[in-house]
Parts: sequence; structure tokens; C-alpha cells
Amino acid sequence: MTNWKNLLSVSVLAAGISGTAMATELTVYTAVEAEDLARYAETFNKDHPDITINWVRDSTGVVTAKLLAEKNNPQADVIWGLAATSLLLFKAEGMLEPYAPKGVELLDKKFVDKSNPPQWVGMDAYVAAICFNTVEAAKLNLPAPTSWKDLLDPVYSGYLIMPNPASSGTGFLDVSSWLQLFGEEGGWKFMDALHNNIARYTHSGSAPCKLAAAGEIPIGISFAFRGAKSKAAGAPIDIIVPSEGVGWEMEASAIVAGTDNLEAAKTLLDWSITKTANEMYNTGYAVVAYPGVAKAVEFFPPNLSDAMIDNDFEFAANNRTAILEEWSRRYDGKSDPK
Amino acid sequence: MTAFLRIRELWKSFGSFVALRDISLDVNEGEFLCFLGPSGCGKTTLLRAIAGLDIQTSGSVHQAGRDISSLPPAERDFGIVFQSYALFPNLTIARNIAFGLENTGVEKSEINKRVAELLELMGLPEQANKYPAQLSGGQQQRIALARAIAMSPGLLLLDEPLSALDAKVRVHLRHEMKDLQRKLKVTTIMVTHDQEEALSMADQIVVMNHGSIEQVGTPNEVYTRPVSLFVAGFIGEMNQMSAKVGGKNRVVIGDLEFACNTGGLDQGSDAIVVIRPEDVFPVEPDSGKATPENSLKVHIDAMEFLGSFWRTHLTTTKLGGQNLIADFSVNAVQRLKMQEGNDLMVEMKKSNLIAFDAKSGAIA
Amino acid sequence: MSVSDVAPGPRIREKVGRDAWIQRGFILIIALYLIISLALPLYAMLSKAFEVNIYQLDQFTIAVSSEDGTFPDLPRNLADINAEIGVLGPDDMTASGDGRLSLTPFFPDFSFRSPVKYRIAGVDDSAVFLVGSERHSGKVPVEVDSNTFRKVVIRPLKAHGFQNFARYFSTPSLFQSIGNSVMIALVSTVITVTLAFWFAYAISRSCMRFKGFFRLVAMLPILVPSLLPGIALVYLFGNQGILKSFLLGHSIYGPIGIVIGSVFFTFPHAMLIIGTALSISDARLYEAAVSLRASRWRTFWTVTIPGARYGLISAAFVVFNLVITDFGLPKVIGGQFNVLAVDIYKQVIGQQNFEMGAVVSVILLLPAVLAFAIDRQVQKRQIAGLTARSVVFEPKPNRRVDLMWFGYCAVVAVFIVGIIGICQMAALIKFWPYDLNLSLNNYNFNRMDGGGWSAYGNSIKLGLLTAIVGTVVVFLGAYMVEKTKGFHRARALFQMLAMLPMAIPGMVLGLAYIFFFNNPDNPLNLIYGTMAILVVSTVTHFYTVSHLTAVTALKQMDVEFESVAASLKQPFTKLFRQVTVPVCMPAILNISIYLFVNAMTTVSAVVFLYSTDTALASVAVLNMDDAGDIAPAAAMGMMIFYTNAGARLLHSLGSKLILKRSEAWRRR
Repeated sequence: MTNWKNLLSVSVLAAGISGTAMATELTVYTAVEAEDLARYAETFNKDHPDITINWVRDSTGVVTAKLLAEKNNPQADVIWGLAATSLLLFKAEGMLEPYAPKGVELLDKKFVDKSNPPQWVGMDAYVAAICFNTVEAAKLNLPAPTSWKDLLDPVYSGYLIMPNPASSGTGFLDVSSWLQLFGEEGGWKFMDALHNNIARYTHSGSAPCKLAAAGEIPIGISFAFRGAKSKAAGAPIDIIVPSEGVGWEMEASAIVAGTDNLEAAKTLLDWSITKTANEMYNTGYAVVAYPGVAKAVEFFPPNLSDAMIDNDFEFAANNRTAILEEWSRRYDGKSDPK
Repeated sequence: MTAFLRIRELWKSFGSFVALRDISLDVNEGEFLCFLGPSGCGKTTLLRAIAGLDIQTSGSVHQAGRDISSLPPAERDFGIVFQSYALFPNLTIARNIAFGLENTGVEKSEINKRVAELLELMGLPEQANKYPAQLSGGQQQRIALARAIAMSPGLLLLDEPLSALDAKVRVHLRHEMKDLQRKLKVTTIMVTHDQEEALSMADQIVVMNHGSIEQVGTPNEVYTRPVSLFVAGFIGEMNQMSAKVGGKNRVVIGDLEFACNTGGLDQGSDAIVVIRPEDVFPVEPDSGKATPENSLKVHIDAMEFLGSFWRTHLTTTKLGGQNLIADFSVNAVQRLKMQEGNDLMVEMKKSNLIAFDAKSGAIA
Repeated sequence: MSVSDVAPGPRIREKVGRDAWIQRGFILIIALYLIISLALPLYAMLSKAFEVNIYQLDQFTIAVSSEDGTFPDLPRNLADINAEIGVLGPDDMTASGDGRLSLTPFFPDFSFRSPVKYRIAGVDDSAVFLVGSERHSGKVPVEVDSNTFRKVVIRPLKAHGFQNFARYFSTPSLFQSIGNSVMIALVSTVITVTLAFWFAYAISRSCMRFKGFFRLVAMLPILVPSLLPGIALVYLFGNQGILKSFLLGHSIYGPIGIVIGSVFFTFPHAMLIIGTALSISDARLYEAAVSLRASRWRTFWTVTIPGARYGLISAAFVVFNLVITDFGLPKVIGGQFNVLAVDIYKQVIGQQNFEMGAVVSVILLLPAVLAFAIDRQVQKRQIAGLTARSVVFEPKPNRRVDLMWFGYCAVVAVFIVGIIGICQMAALIKFWPYDLNLSLNNYNFNRMDGGGWSAYGNSIKLGLLTAIVGTVVVFLGAYMVEKTKGFHRARALFQMLAMLPMAIPGMVLGLAYIFFFNNPDNPLNLIYGTMAILVVSTVTHFYTVSHLTAVTALKQMDVEFESVAASLKQPFTKLFRQVTVPVCMPAILNISIYLFVNAMTTVSAVVFLYSTDTALASVAVLNMDDAGDIAPAAAMGMMIFYTNAGARLLHSLGSKLILKRSEAWRRR
């Protein structure tokens, strides 16, 4: 076995050496939406044509599972665009390479890991929101909700849909934000009541908004970015930001510990926090790490960043298992959809 | 002269079941040998051991002086024809025959010549480009034979080659195969359960039972001088009667005593005495001679006309309740005006009666 | 005379000829293939199910300072503290792989405002604890103030035991799935077998028209992934569905949807099996029944049903197995109704709880293996009952009855064609239900999750590779099992391994592959994340049916061909090339098309194994549906359908051509 490993690392090393001479290939794991990826790589390569990115893209849950499964056999060089909560899990497993990218001091502190040197840096935030189908709501005489608590009104019974926090990062940020907003006890009480109105829980975070856009379920708890896209596509929806404040999740980047392409990885991470990069993130995300870059995004609710709660990612990461277990215990055993 | 094929102390077992028990056998060059016996007697197993298809558990096989005991089939020197013929269905007749000739360094034109020759020999010269399924069963059998002898093997093995054919074709092919074998002078071993086939074709017959050889001999020997009760009963029709040895060369069957060679059997011991139906002769009533030895009066119970002879079922109270079957010529039946219900004197000559030890079945 | 039963001479060992060496080599290679692709991964999965995470309290020591910040007392072992005040019982020690345990409960007088400080250390390097998200391990103590001590959590260590199973059965949301899965499978089985029986009955026992057409339609569901009926049901009975009112207020998301979809995708399998059973029944029995003046009804119960009973039982088990192991359909239409196959996915992909995923896999294996074992027994008996020659039944026309059967089959055909048609419709509509104009927007896969058009390309690549590699491996393997002599034990083991995949649900196989191949100590982890692992898993997943097809074809060949070739001193490889392969060509083509179609539609095994470069069309359907892009999912599903239909067409043309060319030598 050891011989094999040696052989492998030698060949990998050889590949690495020959790689730097020509063009370095970086394997980058990401959960960024497919349609944005090509743009990211293109913009990056304008500045660094010598680094080729091999994207490994999937949903947040899958990428996280993949990275954890590969803990002892890492395939990725860099993680670029994955939920910060996931990066905190990797940090706890010792899977990340601490590195302070050039210019990290310019970023909003919220977007940088607290360790020194930081193990990850944030890019942008995606923010929870309610997608509200005005056409279907009118048919059903549903009033537009303005707050989370409004959603508890029995009039919405069976007309709400939200992601399952166990499989969806968006679902989890909703749950963790409610626990932070309403306190532990209040949060669960809120969810107990909400559960009575939920038609079903989807596996993906964008699905509730898409289903609301398609009129399948009039109200979807999802995230604002997705709502804006559906609205741009012509769906009759409003994006509602609940008055209590909204949970949010950060997309962040990090270097995978033990990468054979450390220099190239650092180059990518340096670039990922530049102004150029942040302007690029701003195309889809209204809130980005570089202060003063963000411009309004079409169909995005204004002042969204004011509504963002002061999210405690450490709380979210360290209590993730316990929260999900409790959530499953309360709501997952229900076999019949209402 | 040493034998062409020499088998010594050959055993074959499948788990705890012994399929072949201590087989030793010599086959002379150019001989046509038949393994004859009931199904399950081990004859096919022995053939497959000789071919190396299912190798024996112990014992040796020498062919033409060479020890082939442990060789795989491909390193032995034989051709084989199976009951199913195992012709390759997707190859033409010519290619089936040529299968073994290819890749042996033989020129293509040579192969074609040899194939044509063999087809000629088999009397099927026009069939070269047909497929096996387009031929009759008898034709297929001949193609399988042609394929087996194409490489002029030293030994030809035939595993029930005729049993898939209907009766008429079978009889016809017997002669053809025998002629061919004589022409080629190839040492041949044929497995069959059909005694007529064995009797009509073989130079030597090996009668097998329960994994052992019962008797080796010419067809005439095994027919007329069976060395065991099994051989006597297996080959041809045979009347079998329980008897007691009455003294030196005397046996008692029922109430009657007969002269019969009793060999080494002790007086008073149990014996089985046998006689072939055709060896039961009618005694001419008006011959004027004295009643011959070994004759008795019987009642004709039933008669069947079988073409060349009459099979008659004879009853008597004198033989301890045992009855006789006798085959009489058409001539004799007419002459003696035999018919069902009549009585008749018959004679069982001493030379035709054979006594066996009732316990072991061995010849007296 | 005493008869010895023991051969006296020395045992003869056959000299191993060239053919035998080659054959041994092949057997070894293919047995090795099955061991690597099946036995070892399953073993890895089983051991994972017993891997538990335990809080090893005795691995940690904690020292507490007095209020002035000095540490007068020696550090105390956490296990001792627990023994004293009993924070955790023995059952509380197990955690998931991602578990974290806060330390404050061990100090009853803890207050985050207190000036007391804490020093935490491990007794060796394996103990891991976090301060916030910062990872620490080892014997060097870490000192924190009371406020920070709130954020200190310890991590569990790996061990082995039955705790995962205990946890599974004490979690209602998990073990309820067993009942759900079994219930769904039973209901679907009863409905599918009933519908398929009457359908097959109509085809074999009536003189209705368009039998060929109905037979063709009944086979269509094989060509699509099992997710597709789920998508169709959303459009038919979802909240914006065309036929929503048919459900009388019930939701399609849940058991109703799963059952309807399951009936759709299992129908052809049941129809084929029952159809075969009905077509072999003996006409003489019917003649006897008529001559005895038995009524139609009586004849049905005394002749038809007993004749087809093994087919019915076999069909029932096959359908049960297909439904209980299916993942795609309940994922799409299951709503909040949990079933085992989806639980595996949720545990692994959603919660990264690999151990629990392995536990659910073991649970799912049980009913599948059981159903499979019973089915094998039944099939053995059916083969035994089939040997007698019988007379083929010729139905007599009866206008009224034939019309009735035609009506019934037409309804079933409308159901099947309708499901596929509605997907095609959905794929072409711009924005259901608000913009009903036709457009090809939904085919713009590159703008969606799931891998885009390259996923479609990958699927075709996977289909072709699986068909080629799989056919070679399967046919060679079957040949070695059937046609070689000796190595009885090796061949028996091989036969068993070859039958096993049928009982292994795809999800279980996929998960087992993660555990086995994604392991740095395994030199084979090179193939992890490549097309190769997808091909290997797909070939293995569909091994059994292919193997049985090959064995059946080989059994029809004369057993003495190999002996003849050996006697003619020709290598078996020549025989194999010139005779075996040409004669078995129809079966070989059937195996390849079976593998191709299944590689195109399968989701379950590959969903754990694909990577970005090897995204697949079937998985793209799943992921696009998952992301709410239902119309593009339907569009991709229809691409799979058309591809498979095209492949089938090519296959039947190819088969016809080969049969025509070999007409001269093939016996009718």
C-alpha cells in the first residue's frame, strides 16, 4: 500500500512540476449556479491565462458530502463558492489551508474567517426571501404576507412550501435564522406552527421559488436571488422580505489543505477577493464582500442588506447536527402531506 | 506385440460414487471395439477417460506406446463422434470438416482437396456448401464422422453415434461405418447400449456393468459363451431357471434332472441354468428314436409369429413353476403342426445349457 | 470377494494444457472483477454501517481556575466528572460523524460572566475539540475564559458497534420508512400484476386487433427513467395539473403519486413475465376443459391461473423489488412520504451521515434479498415444470369479448402514452401555466443545473461503454461458467456472485462504491470520479439479467462443441470466435441493448458516483427537477426516451439483418 501511495504522489508531483512549467490546472469545487460558472472562469482567465480551472460543480449538499467523503483523499485544490457553514465544517475537520489573501483587510469583516490567518474568505451573500405568486394568490384570496409571523395564519394552510434544511443549505439558513431571531424556544414554536401550513419540504433551496413561479404552490420560502431570476423570466411573483429580518448564507472560498498546487491556489484566492471579482459576483448577488461595490440588482428587493440578521455562522455550524436531528424528529416523521 | 491402446487399473470416482472400477483392457491396432452395457454402466465414462475429456481418478492409459494418462484432449491423438454429432451449425459442411485442418500449416488447396476426398468417401460430394441443419440425420452423422477422421487420428471414438437415427437408417449406416473402418484400418472404440449394433459391428465386445468389465470377447464368444449371468441376460434372449446342483454335471430344475456342465459348483448348491430360446429344440415324435437326454414334455401356451421364426411360450409343471420360451423355425412349426394348446416334447442339449453360481452370477 | 471402493493407484492430475491456462486466466480475471466490483464494496458498506462515533470522555482533561485566574487543582478527566455528576448516560455517548458535544453541562456552576478560566487538553493526539470553529488536538492545554468556554465542543471518535442500528430504530422518522416502503411496494405490486395480467391475457387469449401495437406500447416505460412518470404526474395531477380534480382533493405528492408512477414503470416487466407464462400454457388442457363442458369462469380458475401461477409469483416479486428499491420516483413525487431508497440519499447527500446511509442500505437490502431469493426458488420450479412438450393455444374470435379486451388494452395504452406525451408537451411549453406558447427554451440545458447538454453526451458515452464492456465481461463470464471443465468451487462462487447484483439496490451499490473506491489506501481509487467507475457500477448493477440471458443462450449450444474442438486440436478461442459468438449473436445483441437502455435511464447507483465531468442525463433530470426546473427535466427525460427508442430501433434492425443472414443455418 505504501508503495502505491509513494508511486502516486511521485506521479502527482511530476504532474505538478510539469504543470507549472506550462499551465497549472486547478480542480475547483463549487456550488455556484451553472450559468454563472463560465463567466467566472472567463473573467479570471483574463487576468491569469496560465491557470486552467477544472470545475466540479454540484448542489451545496452534494459538494459538501463529496468533500467530507474525500477528507483523507482530497481531490480538490480550491473551494470557490460554497456555503460558509460548510467551510466551517471543513475547518473543524482540519481540511482547510490557512491563508490571508492579498487585500483581505479591505473586505467587510463579516466576510472573513475569524482565525488568523483566516481559513476562508467570503464572496457574497444569498439572502432568504419569500416568493409570492400574485396570480395564484389572487385566485385563492390570499393576502400578501409581510413578516415571518404572518405565515402562521391558517389561511395559508397548504399554500406554503420551503426547502428541507437537512438537504438544502437555504432551508438550513432559514431554520438557523429563526432560531437566532426568535430564540431557541421561540424558534421551534414558530416552526411548529409554520409546519401546519407547509404543503411539503423540497430537497433543493431554489425549488420553492420555482414552484411558486410556476403556480404549483403560491408561496415559496427560498432566496431572493432565485426569486429575481424567476421574475425576470416572466413569472408573476413578488419577492417579499419579512419584516423581522432574514437569514442569509455566505458563499466563500478556501484552499484545500495538502494541495499540490498551492501557488496557483493562492493566486486564485487572491483574485477571488479583488474588486473585479466582487463586481462580477454583484451580477447575481446584491450583497458582496467588498464594501462599496454592490449595485442594485434587477428585481431585487431594495435595502435587502439592511434586513440581513447578524448571522452567527459558528452557532450554525456547531449546532447543525443537533438542529437537524431536532428538525427531523419534529417534522420529518410526518408521512402525509397536508 | 503390445496392444495399441493399453488401459491399466483405471478408476474413476465422482465424490463417493465409483463410476469405473479397476478397468484393465488392451485394444489391438485396427480393431473395432464396442463398449456395451446398460445405461449408467460406465461405458461413456471410460470412453471420455480414454479421450481425456473427463480424466480418470487413477490408473494409466497408453496409446501407441505413449503414456497419455494425464494429457489434455488436445495433446492426444483421436477423433470423436458424439451422439448429437456436435456439428457447428453456422459453418458449412466443408468448413466443419476442415475445422481441424486449419491452422496446422496445411495449404488451403490441400485442405480443400482433403475435404472433397472425405465428402466423396462419405458419399456426400454435393453437400459441401450446405449447413448442417439442411441435411438429414444420417447425412449429419456421416459429416461428423468425416470431421473426426479428417486428421487421420490413430484412434476413432464413437459415443452412441447411431442412437439418434431412426431404425432403418441405423441399420444401413452400421454397414457403412463398418466398411469405412475396415477401409481406413483405424482403431475404433464405439460406445453403445444396442447389443445388435455391437454384435454386428464389433471385432471385440467389452460388456460392462456397474463400472466393471464383465467380459471381453468376439461377438460370437460373448453370445455363445457368456462368462457371467449378467452377460447371458444382457445379450440376446435367454431362458433363466433356478436350479440345484444334483451332482457332478447334473442339475435339478423343479422335478427334473438335466445333464449340464457344473464346473466347480458343489453338490446341493444353488445355480441358475440358462438356455437360449433358439437352442430349445422340438423332438420329432415319430423319429422312432428313444427320448433323448435332457428332454421334457411341455404345453404350447401361446405363439407369436415374428417373420423368420415363431416365438412360443411353453408351460410345464415339472420345472418348479418356471416356463420356457423357444424360437422355432417356420419350417419346424409347419412340419410338427404346432399350434396353441398342443403338447410338445422339447430337448435342451447339455452343450447348450450353461450353469452359473446363483449367488455371484459367475460361470460355474 | 470383497470389493474395494478406493482406487489403489496414485491420483492422476491432469496436465494443464494451453487452453486450460487461458481459461483459468479468464475465470480469475472475471471472478476478480466481480469481487472488486461487488463483494469488496458491499463489505466496505457493511463495515461502515457498524462504524460509530463515540464521545470518548476519558480522552479529555479539564482544569478549572479559581476566580483569580490561578489553577490550584490538577486537571480532571472528563470521564471522571461525568461519573460523578452523570451528565451523559451510556446511550448518549453515540453521535453522528459530525457530532459535537458542549462542555458547559459538566460544570454545574458555570456562568459565562464568571472570571473563571478553563484549560482543555487531550490525553493523546487523537482527541479533537473545537473552540468556536478552531480545531485543536493533542496534549498541549488550551486556556479559555468562561465566555469562550461556551464555544468549546468535543468531537466524537470512531469505533465499531451496533449503536447505529439502535439509533435507527429509535428514530421514528427513519424507521417509519420501512413500513412506507413495504406498503407502497405491496400496493403497487397488486395493482401492476393485476393490470399486467389482464393485458397479457388479452394479448395471448383473444383475437382483438392491434396486438402488436399494444405489445409495443406496453414496453415503452422501459425506455424512460423512473423519474419521468413522476414529472408527468405533476403536470397531470399537481396543483396546476390538467386533471387535478380527478384526485378529489388528495395530493399527488405522496403515496398516490408513487403508486401510480410505480405501476407505470414496472408494467412492462410484469407484462413480459406474465406474457411468457401465459404463452407457454398447453392448449390441450383447454380442449379437455371444453370437452368436460366447464364454464369459462371455471376453466379460467382451474386451467389459466394454475398454468400462469409461477409467472404471476415471479412478476409479483420482480415488481416488488423494483418498487422498493426505486429512488427516482419517490424523490420526484414522494413529497413528505419517506421511503428507504430516498432516505439513503437524504442521509448521505443532505446530512453527510454516511454511517446512517449505510444502515438504511442494510435495511433496504433485507426485503430486496428476500424477494429475490424467493423469486429464484419459484423460477427454478417453473423451469422444471416447463420441460414437457405442449400444444400452443390458438384463441378463437369472439367479436363481443375481443372488443371488450380491445377497450381494456386501449385504456392501458392511453395511460402509458399519455404519461410520455404529457412530458413531451411540458417540455415544449414556454412557462406552464402562464405562457402556453411553444418554445425550445426548456432544451437550453446549459443554462440549468445538472450538467447541461454534455450530461446528455456523457449518458450516451456511458450507454455505449456499458454496452460494449458489459457485453464482453458478461458473455465471457457466462461462457467460462458454462463451458469450462473443472474448478467446480470457483465456478459455483462465480455463479453466486453473478446472481447477487439483482438483489442489490442501486442506491446501496452506489454508496458501497463510495466507501470502497473513495479510500486513499485503495489503489483503485484512481477510477473514483471518472467515467470508468460509472461504467463498472452500471455493468455490475445490471449484471444478473445479462448473465442469465448469456447463460440461456449458451445452454442451447451443444455441450460437446468444446470436446470436438479439443479433439481436433483447435484452441477453444477459435471455437469461441468462429462458432460460439456467431451462434449467440442474437443474445449478445439483446444483452448490449439491455445494458445501453438501462445505462441511459439509471439514476440510483450513479447518483453517488458521477462528477462534474461525468454528469449524466438521467441524473440531470433528477437535479433539474430537484431545483424546480421541472419542464427542462421533462425535456431531458424525453431526450433519453428518444435516444433509447432510436437505439431499440437500430437493435431490432440489426437483429433482423443478422437473423436474415443466418437464416440458412438457424433452425426455426
